[in-house]
Amino acid sequence: MNTWRIYRIAFQTIVTKEVLRFLRIWVQTILPPAITTTLYFVIFGKLIGDRIGEMDGYRYIDFIVPGLILMSVIQNSYANVVSSFFGTKLQHYIEELLIAPVPNWVILSGYVVGGVARGTLVGIVVTIVSLFFTDLKINSYALTLLVFVLTSVLFALAGFINAIYAKSFDDISIVPTFVLTPLTYLGGIFYSIQLLPEFWQKLSLANPILYMVNTFRFGILGVSDIDVTVALVIILGFIILLTTFSLRLLSRGVGIKD
Amino acid sequence: MCRSGLGSTDVSALVIENLFKTYRNGFEALKGISLNVERGDFFALLGPNGAGKSTAISIIASLVSKSSGNVSIYGHDIDTEKEKAKCLIGLVPQEFNFNVWEPVVDILVNQAGYYGIPRKEAFIRAEASLKQLDLWEKRNTQARQLSGGMKRRLMIARALVHRPRLLILDEPTAGVDIEIRRSMWHFLREINQQGTSIILTTHYLEEAESLCRNIAIIHHGRIIEQTNMSKLLSQLNAEIFVLNLKSSLTAPPDLPGYQVSPVDSKTLEVEVQREQSMNGLFALLSEQGIEVISMRNKQNRLEQLFIGLVDRSKRQKETS
Repeated sequence: MNTWRIYRIAFQTIVTKEVLRFLRIWVQTILPPAITTTLYFVIFGKLIGDRIGEMDGYRYIDFIVPGLILMSVIQNSYANVVSSFFGTKLQHYIEELLIAPVPNWVILSGYVVGGVARGTLVGIVVTIVSLFFTDLKINSYALTLLVFVLTSVLFALAGFINAIYAKSFDDISIVPTFVLTPLTYLGGIFYSIQLLPEFWQKLSLANPILYMVNTFRFGILGVSDIDVTVALVIILGFIILLTTFSLRLLSRGVGIKD
Repeated sequence: MCRSGLGSTDVSALVIENLFKTYRNGFEALKGISLNVERGDFFALLGPNGAGKSTAISIIASLVSKSSGNVSIYGHDIDTEKEKAKCLIGLVPQEFNFNVWEPVVDILVNQAGYYGIPRKEAFIRAEASLKQLDLWEKRNTQARQLSGGMKRRLMIARALVHRPRLLILDEPTAGVDIEIRRSMWHFLREINQQGTSIILTTHYLEEAESLCRNIAIIHHGRIIEQTNMSKLLSQLNAEIFVLNLKSSLTAPPDLPGYQVSPVDSKTLEVEVQREQSMNGLFALLSEQGIEVISMRNKQNRLEQLFIGLVDRSKRQKETS
């Protein structure tokens, strides 16, 4: 029995299934973020942005582009895994995986890569939309790509944990609505934290999304409110933490066994 | 691809030793069951609702964690050689557990992929499995659009796509019509003859009697009987036959040695003890000019034994 070959094929099967799933329902998964971000660009970027003037030395619309791209990546990576994995639990077809010789880390990585695939596709669509409004010049391709992927992985993992604990459809919408969206909006997408009073600046540093948005903005524009190295360490730290936690939940069978 | 050794020929398909399961809410579903299913066997695991059958099956298939005890599949322990053991099992659960939005063929291809079967080979196997179960015409239909019987067959096709050596069926014919049930029996006999060991749980005792060679009865989390089917049936001390008569009777006939209860003027129930013969009964009936036009067992023989064993177990529990 060639174990690694089984793992590889099982992993490919999960990823293929996940990608086909979100492509099959593209009207629900790919189109809405394209429309929403177009509206952001028109309303905040053009109509209001032209009156705001510059931020950190850039036109307002140029300033918000990196954050809006990353916001789509965050939301879609999360949404893909949380809805898909919760669906497998709800309809009990998680059992298809549990009875097969698929280790937990293959299950986790399959779903995370599925989430990253949707985050990436939506990120590309939003980037293309942004080109109608700005001239996107990339400061560092390597850093931009790195933050893009790491952020997507991190929120796919977070979506997985949410799905494990979720017992109803309410449970998969509570976290995105009451935690993810506020943190994203307060994560420096639309403003530089330098504009805030000192207390709020310090409080903002407790928001992990601020680090991702600023590092991504640094990758594209070359400006950031925070130290990029610290931000990368924090993002990687969260990924390690959530991966370990997810694997622990799977091995204990939380939400999926008994 | 998932291939596990079957061990030497004297290794059993399934060995369960002293298996316990207590759920988090404190419910003790299994209280130390031990079972041995020989390779190539067609084995019935029977018991009333809530007896512990599905828990035992879920532990064997790694869907539920056991509290203690050992389980091995063809000599592979489910704890220490988990993946080898998993490769050898195919499970048809009681409840539908597939993605209802997926086309039938995708469900099988994905399942094959989880067992390390490459996509191209998976399509070939899916085609073979779907054709065996008369579902090939429905390959591109979403699973939710299938009838109840088709969904049951889809679960059997899915369980067989990686060619398991031990197939576990948890009430596979529940809710399907008699024609489909008979065709499923025929199919299961065929794959058993080809060497697949089968464990079946069912509430249709006629099904168990007709298909299985060995049997275990579980009640309140304990095995109360484990034997082979013919031995079990030979324990039956008396059978009640329903006789349909040609002419009406005004009074019940006097049949010395037999207990007779009239159902109506043209129907009699006669209890025949194991040491008595049917010839003796018919001789007495002929002497009295009573013609019998047809006859049947009042109750399925296995059902009669099953009820007796479960009642005895209940009484023992009450006394203890």
